[in-house]
Amino acid sequence: MTSRNLAYLSNYSIYSAMFLYTIAFFAHAVEVSFSVKTTEVSEKTSFDFSRTDRAGRIGTAMMILGFIFLFAGVILRGASAHRVPWGNMYEFSITGALAFSGAYLFALVKYKLRWLGLPVSIAVLLTLGTAVTVLYRPSAPLVPALKSTWLAIHVSAAIVSGGVFLLANTIAATYLILDRMEERGGRSEWAKKLPSLETLDQLSYRLVAFVFPLWTFAVIAGAIWAESAWGRYWGWDPKETWAFITWVAYAAYLHARVTAGWRGRKAAWLCLFAGSTFLFNYIYVNIYGTGRHTYSGL
Amino acid sequence: MRTALILLMMLGLASIPGSLFPQRNQNPMKVREFFKNNPTLAQWLDKAKIFDLYSSPWFSAIYILLFISLIGCVLPRTFEHIKAIGKKPPLTPKFLDRMEGFAELDRPVDGTLDLAEKWLKKNRFRVRREELSISAEKGYSRESGNLLFHLSLILILLAVAAGGLYGSKGETILNVGDRFINTPTSYDNISFAKFQREGDMVPFSLRVLDFKASYDVKTNAPTDYTLQVAAANPIGSKEVLKTIKVNSPLTYGNTKIYLQANGYSPVVAIRDKSGKLIFEGAVTFLPQDGNLTSIGAIKLPDMSPQIGMVASFLPTADRSPTRGAFSSFPEVLDPRLLVSVWMGDLGLDSGVPQSVYRVDTSKMKRIGLKSLKLNEIYNFGEGTLLFEGYKSWVNLQIVDDPGKMYALFGAIFAILGLLTSLFTRQRRIWIKVDGRVQIAGLAKNGVPGLDEELAALKKTLEGLEG
Repeated sequence: MTSRNLAYLSNYSIYSAMFLYTIAFFAHAVEVSFSVKTTEVSEKTSFDFSRTDRAGRIGTAMMILGFIFLFAGVILRGASAHRVPWGNMYEFSITGALAFSGAYLFALVKYKLRWLGLPVSIAVLLTLGTAVTVLYRPSAPLVPALKSTWLAIHVSAAIVSGGVFLLANTIAATYLILDRMEERGGRSEWAKKLPSLETLDQLSYRLVAFVFPLWTFAVIAGAIWAESAWGRYWGWDPKETWAFITWVAYAAYLHARVTAGWRGRKAAWLCLFAGSTFLFNYIYVNIYGTGRHTYSGL
Repeated sequence: MRTALILLMMLGLASIPGSLFPQRNQNPMKVREFFKNNPTLAQWLDKAKIFDLYSSPWFSAIYILLFISLIGCVLPRTFEHIKAIGKKPPLTPKFLDRMEGFAELDRPVDGTLDLAEKWLKKNRFRVRREELSISAEKGYSRESGNLLFHLSLILILLAVAAGGLYGSKGETILNVGDRFINTPTSYDNISFAKFQREGDMVPFSLRVLDFKASYDVKTNAPTDYTLQVAAANPIGSKEVLKTIKVNSPLTYGNTKIYLQANGYSPVVAIRDKSGKLIFEGAVTFLPQDGNLTSIGAIKLPDMSPQIGMVASFLPTADRSPTRGAFSSFPEVLDPRLLVSVWMGDLGLDSGVPQSVYRVDTSKMKRIGLKSLKLNEIYNFGEGTLLFEGYKSWVNLQIVDDPGKMYALFGAIFAILGLLTSLFTRQRRIWIKVDGRVQIAGLAKNGVPGLDEELAALKKTLEGLEG
């Protein structure tokens, strides 16, 4: 198959994945909104409890299918250019969405996380939507500066870290919303199915603790690559600076939890702050920034 | 430790302005532009060293304080940890029922401790056996990893400091065919760290044999740069053929030679009215865009009156009504040399340093304008210009950083330490047999998995009866 056909096939896979994520989004929306009725009505009527459960399961199935198509899209994109698919912001975004939904599905195996399906599918759809409309670039070979084994190592580590950081952020944000509800006299009906505050708190911490070494590795791999491509391992390039700031923020978060015993609200806010430095690095520095990472931009 | 954390966060915050305002060592042009657009603000920012942030005294102050504070934190803990190696776990507490995972077992006292000790040792716990109880602990490497990580950070900070005090960094532009000898005078610019001496430079020489750039025909983006050099180290020894690419520099110990940029140098020959050769050679031009439209200057101070040529080189010439002449592909397919010839005072004696790529035409008048094809001769009245050919030039960056190996070791140990400390679970288990059999456990930082472990122990102990 020619490169061009592969590139088209990649695009179709990604459109299909978006379609599947949209179904997942609606399924999860149905699950959430109808569970209101369920808890209110079920005692008096013979309201079918399994109806919302089925919607949720459809949502998960669509998420898995979407993940498979997205995965195919990313692989085909790489195959069309004979390289790893991490050469520009469009490709970072589709891979980032893949890592994010992958992290969700992975965590779903171990924890009761299906309630997260709604925010996760929204976030994936938004990322993919921006990618195919604003960021899309035709598949092309890499510029010489990116021709290195470190591209695969450094960028994949950074993308996976990003996906997990953002999942931890989503959970921390959910924590803060539920926390506020409980403070104001109890959770809304739809939120009653969601896990306890303690579980959410622990979960976001565990995700960060799990992926922090990977992020450290991503930064170090970047430094090693910079040494072999640019003649210095650290030069306070805007991207490097913000990667360092993200690292410091998460280091502070881990210390605050382990040593100072921060839990709950304070920890969730710190987690959100750290995650937003990552997003800032991705969006602001890529688009408006100067420095040596600019070919990764638009 | 709180101090170290606050300093670390301060270092993070302090580094932000450097990513928002241009930095002199990264992009001096942008700094100049900023000064032009916001003169007052720029002056204030400059007083706060915002444009040289990462080498400013206040940034260094945070960095050095962090370094001292980190040492103050980590060293005492390291000694304590070393002392604790080989020590037995603390005694079993009096009331086990306050601990996590407390359970009373349904089994006789006899033989319990033997069985428990066997199980604990098999699972690599440190065991302290008393008459009526056992206390066991596992996961000391959590602290070892933690300390290794922080000690590695200190090593990285030291390596960065060493890189700032020793080493050198310089750049040179070479045409294909040029020879370079690694001495300070050969560089276009070079900076030495405080304690670096000229004698520390690696005595190598390079001859640029060939440079090839290839481009994608659809997007015009570069796909590969390959530089071939004949290198000798030390100078005078047998030359060896070496290839330098963007991601694979030529390495001599701590010194590396990087391929940073490239462009074209048109080769010209200029004669005066009498036909005497005034100048012949390659003139380095600066690329202006991705298609290597390049600009440059040819200055002839020895002609009288003085002649200056403002020139552009187009590797693949094209023309459009809006842009005029431009290059439509970065490779040389249809080259043109565009010159405008100026006569008068070049201003070279004024003492003000001038760019070699530009002509100061304020005291000159234009006497001619021409687009030349290869091998074309242009008679501009005061003499003739022959466009003989072109050469590629490469910009080499030559860096000597003796600290970087230590930084790499630091980084590797830091990752290993971090992994060990984040994925090791530290926990204690107790068994007590004063009339009844009790077990309990405690996990540091509430890490999961203790319950399963206690359940397994319980099963082993109770299984004996059956």
